[in-house]
Amino acid sequence: MNPAHRLVRADPEPGFEIDVDGQAVPVVPGQSLGAVLHAAGIRSWRTTRSGGRPRGLFCGIGVCFDCLVTVNDVPSLRACQIEARPGDRVTTGRPHADGRTAADQASAGGGGERGDS
Amino acid sequence: MTPDYDLAVVGGGPAGVAGALTASLAGLGVVLLDSAARLGGQYFRRPADGFRARRPGALHHGLDRFARQCDRLAAGADVLTGHRVWSIEREGNVLAVRCAQGDREERPRTITARGVLVATGAYDRPLPFPGWDLPGVITAGGAQALLKGDLVVAGSRVVVAGTGPFLLPVAAGLAAAGAHVLGAYEAGGRFGLAAHPFLAAGRAAEALGYGLRLARRRVPYRGRRAVVEAHGDGRLTHVTIARLDRDWRPAGTRTVECDALACGYGFIPRIDLLVQLGCAVRDDHGDPAVVVDAGMRTGVPGVYAAGETTGVGGALLAEVEGRIAGRAAAADLGRRVPPDPVLSRRRDRMAAFARALRQAYPVRPGWQGWLREDTLICRCEEVPLSAVREALELGAADARSVKLLTRAGMGWCQGRMCGYTVGCLARDALPVTRRVIAEPVRLGDLAAWPRPDDDPASPHDGPASPEGRS
Repeated sequence: MNPAHRLVRADPEPGFEIDVDGQAVPVVPGQSLGAVLHAAGIRSWRTTRSGGRPRGLFCGIGVCFDCLVTVNDVPSLRACQIEARPGDRVTTGRPHADGRTAADQASAGGGGERGDS
Repeated sequence: MTPDYDLAVVGGGPAGVAGALTASLAGLGVVLLDSAARLGGQYFRRPADGFRARRPGALHHGLDRFARQCDRLAAGADVLTGHRVWSIEREGNVLAVRCAQGDREERPRTITARGVLVATGAYDRPLPFPGWDLPGVITAGGAQALLKGDLVVAGSRVVVAGTGPFLLPVAAGLAAAGAHVLGAYEAGGRFGLAAHPFLAAGRAAEALGYGLRLARRRVPYRGRRAVVEAHGDGRLTHVTIARLDRDWRPAGTRTVECDALACGYGFIPRIDLLVQLGCAVRDDHGDPAVVVDAGMRTGVPGVYAAGETTGVGGALLAEVEGRIAGRAAAADLGRRVPPDPVLSRRRDRMAAFARALRQAYPVRPGWQGWLREDTLICRCEEVPLSAVREALELGAADARSVKLLTRAGMGWCQGRMCGYTVGCLARDALPVTRRVIAEPVRLGDLAAWPRPDDDPASPHDGPASPEGRS
């Protein structure tokens, strides 16, 4: 059992998975998206505009804006401030296994529509 | 015009909840607004309900008491979670609190009240060093938020660094939650507390408790040490830890392998809404804090402040200040609430303690020696030290001029992360930034907002009309 869960004697509800660049990532209901990504070992999900530097969680409380994330094609959400939801599709701009980015695939497949299903 | 409430309280941490509850028990119509999904603020941040935690207080002191206050509050006042307040303005005889409701599909909403109590807390003060923007480097408060709210440890091999007693619970919490904590590195003296007899008496037991917990898990707690560089290709793999002299100039260094660094050099009060309202700000050991009287009244009529906004002092002081503010607000609106001298004495004693604590853990100027020319000062606009130096050589004499010349502080965070650093580099003692908008708000929502003189029938509703008071 996860020692952090044991510490507070957690008995998590059945969780769900979200899609991060095609990878399935587990969620406990109510967790912030930033925590979900961080827990899955994903430490960055965007790059900076001029230097292309990778960024993920920094302040963790909604102040620094480092953790901006694109979810269901909606850009610039603070990952630490939003709850992960069933059906969420996170795109980081990192290439998939086939070398194309999720954004390429979305535009090729007529993406851009908000998909909350 | 009749306001929706007597008192609107912004912030659901210990100060806000105590203030709202006190005012509500004294007979005021109260609404409490908080941006998060659950009350608690940072200190009493609780795991999401989905965890079904049977012992949520394992990571907090006094959570049960706070939870009881929340329950009592919900019975007598309106509690609006998921409401981010971005502006408070006086409109005639009322204060208009403007917020965005919801975490993705936002809905603009305005709530009016006769008075407001602003208890918006504080955030971590980071100091820059080479590599501080590498993923895996997070603030000490960020690591604590991940753990308390999401039950996620920041990494498997974690270094904790910075200054102040907050490092102890962060390191102890991470170790208890299964992280291998390689060390807690205090840039000041390790015995900052003990060096001060007044402090030693007040907090010896608590400090000793954390010390024992760290020792039991073999976590070294070292003084005069700091992380002066973070390394990694795209994510953190190592940090350089330096021995420091009295002024925090680095001496010998060594490198430690880790996948997370939790780092913080104290806290900065979050006073944007109070600055918007025109409240006076004082210099609280180098940080801005709002000026209040013995009843937590700011100089602006109807505006109260409590907790970290009046100077960083921790959760216990915040609760006392909240109660004082709630009483004052009720008395000022004609309720029969006599002043409580016992409460006032407690506040004075605890505030003196907080001042002594701040003096025991100052930020020393030697940290500027950790920087290199290419070290980012402003993370958002990616402004390196060299650009700030160039602006200073060109004659920039204050933080604002540096900002205008370099864009440091103009990005997403609006200088919340780099403001202190730029102030130090520019030798600008206390730059107070006036932020017209305290939280991001969509342009469409701003544009859709009716001006007060647009439509007298519904002057305060956004596109969606707010629910009335229940």
